[in-house]
Amino acid sequence: MSHSGTNLLRVEQVVKRFGGFRALDGVSFHLDPGEVLGLVGPNGSGKTTCINVISGLYPPDGGGVTFEGQPIGGMPMHMLARRGINRTFQSPKPFLSLTVQENVEIAATYGHAADRAPPDLRALLASLQLDGLAGRAAGDLNSAQQKTLDLARALATAPRLLLVDELAAGLNPAELVRMSERLRALAADGMALLVVEHLMGFIDRVTDRVIVMNAGKEIFEGTLATATRDPEVIRVFLGGAHG
Amino acid sequence: MKLRVGDAVLAAAVTALMAVLPGVYSNELLLFNFVMFLTLSQGLNILYGFTGYLPFGYVGFFGAGAYGFAIAVMNYGAGPLPAMVVAAAAALILALVLMPLLRLSGAYFAIASLAAAQAVYQVISNPALEEITKGPYGVSLTGVFAPRLSYYVAVAIMAGTFALVVWLRNSRFGLALQAIREDTVSAGMAGVSVVRFRTVAWLLSALVAGLVGGVFAWHISVFYPDTAFDVGISIFATVFTLFGGATTLTGPLLGVAILYGVYNAIGITVPQYFQLIYGTLIVGLVMFLPNGLVSLLTRRGIRVP
Repeated sequence: MSHSGTNLLRVEQVVKRFGGFRALDGVSFHLDPGEVLGLVGPNGSGKTTCINVISGLYPPDGGGVTFEGQPIGGMPMHMLARRGINRTFQSPKPFLSLTVQENVEIAATYGHAADRAPPDLRALLASLQLDGLAGRAAGDLNSAQQKTLDLARALATAPRLLLVDELAAGLNPAELVRMSERLRALAADGMALLVVEHLMGFIDRVTDRVIVMNAGKEIFEGTLATATRDPEVIRVFLGGAHG
Repeated sequence: MKLRVGDAVLAAAVTALMAVLPGVYSNELLLFNFVMFLTLSQGLNILYGFTGYLPFGYVGFFGAGAYGFAIAVMNYGAGPLPAMVVAAAAALILALVLMPLLRLSGAYFAIASLAAAQAVYQVISNPALEEITKGPYGVSLTGVFAPRLSYYVAVAIMAGTFALVVWLRNSRFGLALQAIREDTVSAGMAGVSVVRFRTVAWLLSALVAGLVGGVFAWHISVFYPDTAFDVGISIFATVFTLFGGATTLTGPLLGVAILYGVYNAIGITVPQYFQLIYGTLIVGLVMFLPNGLVSLLTRRGIRVP
């Protein structure tokens, strides 16, 4: 899908510092429509920071982020949402006192890209098994349901790029299978997904390729199967015992 | 917008009640004070109930409105209605000047807004500005004194404020404000322009207080900076709103009816018991019903206007 350097998302030499700590130290990758890229690495390697920079929560301190050929680094979140970038959160952040229906309604009203029709919210909630809970306050949902609602709210904006931050953690095996099928279906419809996850089985089922990060740097890019044989990746994950 | 009928009926009923009461009850100043607090607590509700910002210095906008009205009348010979426009403008200008406060949140915002209101008070009451504000010596606007007309203007402002709250409760804009209150990051990711929307809520809330301050100046016509910038006004509006339950129309109305009712029934005649009863009510509420009286119903799934 890549054509003459205009990928859907291009992250080039992005740096993000927190004080003297370089959480992202020159990270570069790209993503095309319909592609699912996994971001794996030990805790603190910069995976979530990467999502936070792309989604506008933090401005990058160096390098560039372009979406559909336009620079978006440092753009506010609501503008990015309207351009077609959305995300879920590691700890779900639904609007707790509002109902499930209201949660997705707000996103569909204000966040959907101007050039795309907002999705059918009833069908969206049904596809995520949230339709029976539409009238319930988000605060009454269990944590797996809140994570699903986070995803529903992101999808209500009809994004072209979805950033998924540890959505699988806390889901039971049946829910994991359903969620991975759901994400694959979104990619099959042309959505690009960037998936941060610790569960390798889930990454294996969902992603086309992975980037392995360590200490803010990319140390490997390729398929998960190749990554598991890469000596540097093994050293980072197993603390050098096999290095 | 899906209008819940209960909201509109309640707003209309309270407005009608306050409009007819002067015909059957002679203490018009007391009725005016009720109208004033019914409006101020809803004005505070717009900001606190919908966006989560609790302005302890809310009285600053009230005082700015009162002095905007007074200065227009005293120094420029304005009639009461143009002076009301000046009152509204004064509160809006102050709100624009204080917009950087919205970068703070929680207790920091609350305290900073209180400090800002005190700063405005210090400027207004400065004897060096006697030519303009009459400084600490107070203003007299007896030339425009019209208690009956100003009362009805106050009722109209109250009705407008109720309509605003009903609209917020029934519109997507109000829903977006509540999203900001719940989580600014998620609200941003849902496409809500957090800075712009909360600025609108801030200005609307200030506008209400400015208009109430203006009509207060008109109604009582003689007052001092201490009266117009009395922190007690902020405290009353805040306590009434929290006591009844924010984000609803009913909550602040109940808060005013019960707490301001108790205050007027026994606060002046037996202040020693009043403070005991008031304190007990508020402590009990904070401990057992932190979301206000209406939460007795809402937590059972009953929708309250």
